[in-house]
Amino acid sequence: MAEMNLIQAVNDALRVEMRRDPRVVVLGEDVGRFGGVFQVTVGLREEFGADRCIDTPLAESGIVGAAIGMALYGLRPVAEIQFGDYIYPAYDQIVNELAKIRYRSGGEYAAPVVIRTPIGGGIKGGHYHSQSPEALFTHIPGLTVVCPSNPIDAKGLLASAIRGEDPVIFMEPKRYYHKSRADVPEGEYTIPIGEAKVVRSGSQVTILTWSAMVHTALEAAQKGEAEGLDLEVVDLRTLVPFDEAAILASVKKTGRVVIVHEAPRTSGFGAELAATIAEKAILHLEAPILRVTGFDTPFPYTLEHEYLPDADRILDAVGRVLSF
Amino acid sequence: MKLEVTRVIDDEGRVLHPEREPALSSDELRRLYRTMLLVRILDERMLRLRMQGRMGFYLTSLGEEATHIGAAHALRDADWIYPAYREIGAALFRGYPLGTFMCQLFGNSEDPVKGRQMPVHHSVKRLNFVSVSSPVGSHIPHAVGTAWAAKLQKTQDVALAFFGEGASSTPIFHVSANFAALYKVPAILLCRNNGWAISVPSSGQTATPTFAQKAIAYGMPGVLVDGNDILAMIHVVREAAARGRRGEGPTLIEARTYRRGAHSSSDDPSKYRDPAEPKEWERRDPIDRFLKYGQARGVFDAEFVAHTRQEINREIGEALIYAESRPPKPPLHSLFEDVYAEIPRHLREQAAGLEAEIARHGEKVPPRG
Repeated sequence: MAEMNLIQAVNDALRVEMRRDPRVVVLGEDVGRFGGVFQVTVGLREEFGADRCIDTPLAESGIVGAAIGMALYGLRPVAEIQFGDYIYPAYDQIVNELAKIRYRSGGEYAAPVVIRTPIGGGIKGGHYHSQSPEALFTHIPGLTVVCPSNPIDAKGLLASAIRGEDPVIFMEPKRYYHKSRADVPEGEYTIPIGEAKVVRSGSQVTILTWSAMVHTALEAAQKGEAEGLDLEVVDLRTLVPFDEAAILASVKKTGRVVIVHEAPRTSGFGAELAATIAEKAILHLEAPILRVTGFDTPFPYTLEHEYLPDADRILDAVGRVLSF
Repeated sequence: MKLEVTRVIDDEGRVLHPEREPALSSDELRRLYRTMLLVRILDERMLRLRMQGRMGFYLTSLGEEATHIGAAHALRDADWIYPAYREIGAALFRGYPLGTFMCQLFGNSEDPVKGRQMPVHHSVKRLNFVSVSSPVGSHIPHAVGTAWAAKLQKTQDVALAFFGEGASSTPIFHVSANFAALYKVPAILLCRNNGWAISVPSSGQTATPTFAQKAIAYGMPGVLVDGNDILAMIHVVREAAARGRRGEGPTLIEARTYRRGAHSSSDDPSKYRDPAEPKEWERRDPIDRFLKYGQARGVFDAEFVAHTRQEINREIGEALIYAESRPPKPPLHSLFEDVYAEIPRHLREQAAGLEAEIARHGEKVPPRG
């Protein structure tokens, strides 16, 4: 074990996987000489050379497009998109090419590309450095979408993503890059994709969340405890495929659900979870499913903490489902 | 600026540039001729099937056969071809069986892509002929990435992307060309300038007089070639492949040709172009020119030509009978396969739902009207 923050944990996963498998290459803007704007890829160029830690021109579509061609030839590219907000120029490559190549070729070709990108606000980044676009990828068959909240999961899930046979969108909560610290297993370490984790066990209300909001939900649960509330927090970790069994088990236990995400509400991934719970466990519910989310506005600069769900907003929703 | 159009033979098949003339054996000449004629006849027959309603869609390469068959000949079998959707000759040249080709068109139980794509979207991995994507230009960066990987792995393979001149207007073309030149990857960007992107003439895509000259801005050689001269195609693609293998980077080739047919079986060119224009290009037909060249070399006698045509017609007939007698649909469960390497929980559930529905209500038939 070694204490690491999220940046160090992702860096460690990349380093371990690059040592393990010479087919793994990292490419993106500023990832080489500089080690990435968040320093996630620091030291990789020194250890593995410029051919395996590649500084690319400023073109996300080219980063993803080239990564697809590399993967088809047998490499294991890990592309970094500097901010989730800048992934859209690559959206066509991701949606129409990366996600479909296995299917459209009848299973002849596969492109196991991992696309890492930091998401979320709370860093004074305004609307071009703060978006949470995960739902745009959960709607695309063929993609796996992973949203870890902490260093241990980030390391284990990234290693699994790199070793897997499918393309993975791997979204990192940049607000917790430095703040989230943990003792992380050293050396090779994987966590299976598709498994949620109950990060706090409780009996009264299930809070379903992922990425940065896990921390906010835990803060709310702690605050609630002082008021005598017993809240369960489930960190989804993977959105596609999500761990339906774990979610339903928690819902059946508590009978009350609050879904928390930072992304805007309309068509957010919370809607998918709420629908699934309604379809499969409605008779276990004691109250309507509530969502605490970002607003349906662009992400603001000055008023970002008014925009972001916080412990108070979550506890208000908890109060509403408990008093229903 | 002015680029010379590289040619080897003139419109009458006479050698203009012996120094560029590829040294081809009689067998190679016959194979090239045969593949061009195969594509020509196949296109006619398949288009007719479409008109008869026996097939959903078709795209011909009438008049452009030399571009893809010449390029395929110039490459090694290990080199990767990223086709657009008008280069089936490259796959047929490498040995794609006609029966399989037709099963793909029908999307039937023996379609290698399991009925998941429209006709003409082939994928032939064992021939390094990569799955076709409908959006134009979107495969160009894949060729660049493949070439890049080949360079990193020091395998000597090159990757060639075919695309039309319309695709040169897409952002991804520019991005890909920039990446290719910057990293000096062994890629060949082969622009078939066939004059028309559906209804827009090539003059409606760019202000530059040629597409080849765009290469200069990216820092790679640009080559303009007579796309109806298969010997010139072989010459320029060979040179580009050799450059790539020597570590000198990519080449942009503009093959000047002409789309004599419609864009697709859903298109009607009489609405937007003068019928005299395709007529004019018949004079420069790539197959006729090559035939005259081969005749002058004494390789293509009348018996060979007649026999080849007869053989092709017979093979197409047999392949058609084969393909039309296969079960018309791939297995139901294949709908849910290959989305991921393994079928995840939610897709297993959806598959079970569909199977139960069909068990309840019977097989699906398309709604009428």
